[in-house]
Amino acid sequence: MNIIGLYNYWIVVLLMMIGFYIVIAHENLIKKLVGLSIFQTSVFFFYISMGKISGATAPILDEKWQLYSNPLPHVLILTAIVVGIATTALGLSLVVRIQEAYGSIEESEIQVQDTHDELENHLEAYGPGPNFAILNQDLNK
Amino acid sequence: MIYHYPVLQVIIPLLGAPLCLFIRVPRLVGFFAVLVSSLSFLISCGLRQQVHLYGTIVYELGGWAAPWGIEYRIDQLNSYLLLLVSGISTIVLIAAQTSIKKELPENRHIFFYTSYLLCLTGLLGILATGDAFNVFVFLEISALSSYTMIALGTDRRALTASYQYLVMGTIGATFIIIGVGLMYMMTGTLNMYDLAQRLPEVYKSKTVLCAFGFFIVGVCLKLALFPLHLWLPNAYAFAPSIATAFLAATSTKVAVYLLIRYIFSVFGIDFVTTSLPLHDIFLVLGLIGIFATSISAIYQRNIKRIFAYSSVAQIGYMILGLAIGTELGLTATLLHLFNHALMKGTLFLAIGAVVYRIGSSQLNHFAGLGKKMPLTMAAIVAGGLSLIGVPLTVGFVSKWYLIVALLDKGWWPVAVLVLISSLLAVIYVWRVIEWIYFSQPRIILDDVREAPMSQLIPIWLLVLANLYFGVDTRLTVGVSKLAAQSLFGVTP
Repeated sequence: MNIIGLYNYWIVVLLMMIGFYIVIAHENLIKKLVGLSIFQTSVFFFYISMGKISGATAPILDEKWQLYSNPLPHVLILTAIVVGIATTALGLSLVVRIQEAYGSIEESEIQVQDTHDELENHLEAYGPGPNFAILNQDLNK
Repeated sequence: MIYHYPVLQVIIPLLGAPLCLFIRVPRLVGFFAVLVSSLSFLISCGLRQQVHLYGTIVYELGGWAAPWGIEYRIDQLNSYLLLLVSGISTIVLIAAQTSIKKELPENRHIFFYTSYLLCLTGLLGILATGDAFNVFVFLEISALSSYTMIALGTDRRALTASYQYLVMGTIGATFIIIGVGLMYMMTGTLNMYDLAQRLPEVYKSKTVLCAFGFFIVGVCLKLALFPLHLWLPNAYAFAPSIATAFLAATSTKVAVYLLIRYIFSVFGIDFVTTSLPLHDIFLVLGLIGIFATSISAIYQRNIKRIFAYSSVAQIGYMILGLAIGTELGLTATLLHLFNHALMKGTLFLAIGAVVYRIGSSQLNHFAGLGKKMPLTMAAIVAGGLSLIGVPLTVGFVSKWYLIVALLDKGWWPVAVLVLISSLLAVIYVWRVIEWIYFSQPRIILDDVREAPMSQLIPIWLLVLANLYFGVDTRLTVGVSKLAAQSLFGVTP
């Protein structure tokens, strides 16, 4: 049990943090999804490392071997990979639709357009009132 | 046949979903979805009956015994929630027939019903299963299908709302599997019952603590606890009305169930109270959440957003009940879980009926509707009163239990705060009522008529349920008490 011996887990932590950071810090919707995938991948690594027993082989019965790795985490992670693919695919298709609807995949540009939508709804529903000026100010910022 | 009830409940909507794609006739698909959902409902009635008579049901999937195979475990708590989720789903689907036809283009109806049934599968699966990893799978089934349903909304902001929910939801779910993985590392089992047996041996390890932390944060993202609720208002506001009604009434409740299940049946309340100051965290976040989101609700101009923010506030009450950490507190949480589903189901269905008629959910477009759509508006008033907690409605029952639990614990300042926060609910509900009944119409309402029967019936069914369970509390209070007792009993 030393730092080098646990290097799988160090990689897991590193990847997890990198992925998480990308999700939080980047404005581009595709980059966010890339970050999310990295984040999920780190968990796959985590499960796979967990099943490995040093000095053991794949869980196929063989007379030469006494120790076998635990196959269950690997099987579980197959499910998680499928889920991850579904999430990424859905996310990307949403980004395509967002690009079609907004003409942009930058979060800040989308936000400006959303505020604009809000403003239009507001104008249509309430007419120009005191709140209108405030919203308009927000938009021009 | 009866033996297979626990799994049939989940399998029926799971098989129903792809069948929707084969039916292809939009009109038939709607009826088919109602059929599937009501079958699930009937089965959950049967399950509830069995649990009532014989106690906990254990079902082994494919005949594989528990620690190796996946096990479904139906007890007091989840039989009660299965009934709620499948019941609300059926009622909402009845209203969906007309509402979806109006709100979505025809080529999307089939996809809507498919993802609706998948979402139902996921929610019922989370409730029924006794396997920690299976929970994650069902969680993702329900989450992915709800992202789809939200993205089907006609406003383009539905897309960004769905994207935001996807990112937050995936982070939450990933946190949950990290937690499950860490627990598996320490115990070598994924069965919840087994986990509860083996975890006490390793309580002292940092790994279990870490697992607990990851799990709690993940679930709190899913249930929209106050600082993690940012995905919720937009998602509810721009989704098709039917999707909003279904998700608001069920999906966050199922996440609360998951939290309760893990705290009590997996980690054990002793571990939870000694390892982390969870009760304090819940108390503070619950209270801040109630106030911050109730105040936000007051300033919203879209009626769906008003009630979306109010949903987050109601989650705050449930978490507050958990924070008390006594049997009474848990009873209050479970009661509010059930009652809030009834209130929000009513409100969002009634709003859906208005959107059906006038095509808008802007608050001031509701002006003058009191005369045009009296029955629908009366339902909104009833739902609103229930939200405030006026006597004779379900809202009163759960607030009453919450306050009794708080006083019992000696936290009277918190009880006072809960009462004050109810006044905030009075303000936002009153704003809605004022627009509905006491304002001049802003848009031309000449050809607006009362909502069609197919929507009025489900709405009023829920209103009557709101009133009925507000007076006759034998079922709700009885089951909540039993469930709370058994949860506290599992871990001495």
